[in-house]
Amino acid sequence: MQLSTSIWVWIAAFLTLTIYSFLYKDNPLYRFAEHVFVGASVGWSIAIVWHMTAIPYIGIPLRDAFVQRNWPGLIYVAIPTLLGCLYFFRFFPKQSWLARWPIALMMGYYCGISISPSIETNIFTQVQGTILTGFNPTSLSSWWALLLLIGVVSTLFYFFFSLKHEGIVGKTSRLGIWFVMIAFGASFGYTVMARVSLLIGRIQFLLHDWLGILK
Amino acid sequence: MKILTISFALLLSFSAVSGGVSVEDFPNDDGSSLIVRWNSTVNTEAAGYYVYRQDNPEDGYFLLSRIASPAETLFVDYDPRYPLSAGMNVSYKIVAISHEEEELEILGESSVFSSSASFFNGTKTNTFFATVIAFGLILYFINTIKKGKSLFIRKIAGLDALDEAVGRATEMGRPVLYVTGLGYMEDIATVASVNILGPVAKKVAEYESTILVPNFDPIVYTVTSEVVKEAYLEAGRPDAYNPDQVFFISEHQFAYVAAVNGIMLREKPATNLFLGMFYAESLLLAETGNQTGAIQIAGTDAVTQLPFFVTSCDYTLIGEELYAASAYLSRDPVLCATIKAQDIEKGLLMILLVSLSILSILNVFFFKSDIVWRLISAFFRVE
Repeated sequence: MQLSTSIWVWIAAFLTLTIYSFLYKDNPLYRFAEHVFVGASVGWSIAIVWHMTAIPYIGIPLRDAFVQRNWPGLIYVAIPTLLGCLYFFRFFPKQSWLARWPIALMMGYYCGISISPSIETNIFTQVQGTILTGFNPTSLSSWWALLLLIGVVSTLFYFFFSLKHEGIVGKTSRLGIWFVMIAFGASFGYTVMARVSLLIGRIQFLLHDWLGILK
Repeated sequence: MKILTISFALLLSFSAVSGGVSVEDFPNDDGSSLIVRWNSTVNTEAAGYYVYRQDNPEDGYFLLSRIASPAETLFVDYDPRYPLSAGMNVSYKIVAISHEEEELEILGESSVFSSSASFFNGTKTNTFFATVIAFGLILYFINTIKKGKSLFIRKIAGLDALDEAVGRATEMGRPVLYVTGLGYMEDIATVASVNILGPVAKKVAEYESTILVPNFDPIVYTVTSEVVKEAYLEAGRPDAYNPDQVFFISEHQFAYVAAVNGIMLREKPATNLFLGMFYAESLLLAETGNQTGAIQIAGTDAVTQLPFFVTSCDYTLIGEELYAASAYLSRDPVLCATIKAQDIEKGLLMILLVSLSILSILNVFFFKSDIVWRLISAFFRVE
């Protein structure tokens, strides 16, 4: 056993244990770790936004455009910057309605920009991957592909909202939810395994990096 | 065929040929790529080529890329280190090199070529038609509803429980916790969650209860605070709106989780609603909420997180049920029309899936032609 001599490892170990103390119940140590975590992450985010967004995308382009007398370039940067600044009007109750402008712009932009990728990835790629091509009765993978097709079609039935789930629609949608639950079971097991590996990583940190028990 | 011929002629007319090196605009792009062609060298010692580019005549040529095969006669210039943009005037020089990378001969220099952006990306024609069909169906059903026809929406258990959940929080004198997840405004799940927040906040305002909305993203925070404020106004209780009910926590995933878990333990909300985009934090949140004894309703389209919600929440909205929720709760004719339109689209896709699969099976046994695969490839533009 060889205890770590690094102060940072000790701090990390202390914070890890305080977070784990939540497993017992809410306590002052957990609250301390929670507040340190939130405060540090917000401070870090502000620094990142300042250095990686505000300076390179606003400060430097505005300065360069101004120095080079590049007025179209200046307007090109200034308009979105001003729109972004409208968010600050939330602090002034009487003018807070101005903050809705950038919100409306962002909502419209994101809704519009997600149309094409959504159709391509969620529809075309999925449909193309599900269509049976080159069916070979002697190949097991072809039968799996057929099962996949049945699963997709029956699951789609479950997600029909404007039809009553009765009769053939009801039975097919019930089959579909069975497929969904089997998929969830597999996904659950797979993800739990990944989470256990995270726990192992933390325990290794405590036993190896901090306490030096594990070699 | 005629269109193809015209396109080809246009393509040729937009190429710069000089000294055996030609430059063509890359089709269907934003002007960030160019195609360079040349005649292969006859020098038997040649092992490849150097591709040089000149962006500015004053700066001269710089080495852009090395081609390892002397048989190669085409190069696509798309390199993030040396980005091209629409309107840039560039020229290229191709030099044959030996195995020792010595320059053997200059094959030629192109004349100056200006990169341009395509007006329409032809590879997305299928997406365009799918969008037109989707929009057309939505407009049709909106029109139908406006004429007075009502549309049926099937029962969604998790949403029927919302009234009960908000009522329980009111009776217990505890708040409702509404978590929009870790998504941004570009995530469809977050947009759906924001849509559901409106009716939920309105119900909370009507019941004179309290809603807490911790946020992960500053943009989502501004949107949710506006939505909650609007909901209180609609409920006729603007005086009851407290801006501190909606707050930003952190953009760091686990810092956000630690804070929300702390809120659950200290404020003891009677109802937890986890609706939106979730990642690894889903189980941490839902499990803590379960321990506090709150009614929990979750909904997400994150397939990997749904199993955790199914196991630890009272009700779970699976995938598209989340999208349908806002229409279900508000019974807004426009939103109901979108549900109907989506169902028709799903029906069309199902017909496409089944018919093309049957055609494919028949093809294997009877027609024995590759026409089916070519048809599918053409439709989905798959290579």
